[in-house]
Amino acid sequence: MHLSKDFLAGARACLPVAPGMIVFGMIAGVAMIGAGLTPSLAAVMSVVVYAGTAQLAALQLYAAGTPLPVILFAGLILNLRLVLYSLALAPYVSRASRRRKLALSYLVSDNGYAHFAARFASPPDSRGKVDYLLGACSAIWVMWQAGTAAGIVAGASVPDGWHLEFVVTLTFLALAIAVIRDRALAAAAVAAGVAAVLAHPLPFRLGLLVAVAAGIAAGIAWERWTR
Amino acid sequence: MDALTAWVLILGLGATSLLTRGSFIVFLARLEVPKAAQRALRFVPAAVFTAVVVPELAFAGGTLRLGLDNPKLLAALVAAPVAWRMRSTTATILVGMAALLLAERYLV
Repeated sequence: MHLSKDFLAGARACLPVAPGMIVFGMIAGVAMIGAGLTPSLAAVMSVVVYAGTAQLAALQLYAAGTPLPVILFAGLILNLRLVLYSLALAPYVSRASRRRKLALSYLVSDNGYAHFAARFASPPDSRGKVDYLLGACSAIWVMWQAGTAAGIVAGASVPDGWHLEFVVTLTFLALAIAVIRDRALAAAAVAAGVAAVLAHPLPFRLGLLVAVAAGIAAGIAWERWTR
Repeated sequence: MDALTAWVLILGLGATSLLTRGSFIVFLARLEVPKAAQRALRFVPAAVFTAVVVPELAFAGGTLRLGLDNPKLLAALVAAPVAWRMRSTTATILVGMAALLLAERYLV
């Protein structure tokens, strides 16, 4: 693909988040090794799935003995936020070429979307905006994959007994705390945590899905009753 | 993890990534999402992250262990304030890992 001026502008706009993306990519790389993937399969997963939180959640759930269908459903739930980005981006890209749309169906990420949304507040679409979006998302992709590769190499050389698997748990602890930005979100988290413990004895680790449903319901209820 | 399981996970998760990212760009370009569903989606990350992490900390070897003699729970309690104050995944991991290694060596 020819790299247009807009593509490069989008890529450049993402440069400030490079350190953070690379570090989080490294964490994912280390965690995939910690979860028992071989380095080559970890690299394949990073490229094919390209969704850090879904990957880490899946590996954590696998380590806890969760059946594959429940893991995949949990991954789908975590990726549902990408539907929101897709929905928000649709009016900008509705007339873009099929190839660009397919590229975005693989490349759109939290950070790439955030940089695009910060730059363009309203539709309609233009070739330049789509290229900017592709540039931002491509830059994030390169940063993430570079970090993951470094993490895979580092993770493979860590001795046993260091509890590398706990890195995944701590990552989720940090993420869970980071996304709690108001009381309704806190209510959702508390309800999900309590329900996860209470529903833990359910077969097939279905407690996870019960807990997620309880959390969402608690968040919605909190919003409704405190308004 | 055996190779077959890994491939099922990789391809299955890869499909969820493509379908969600492409949902409205490629597949459902004409559909509108109900407001109620959009409101529910806001709570997904907080609910999922907590639902994944809490059982990892509260249960050890299949039994509920909410005391401070549970090293992973203890380490998480040390790391949580770091996550809250510094908002840094890296700092949370460094403090939590150090706390776990120390707890296993000296306390439990």
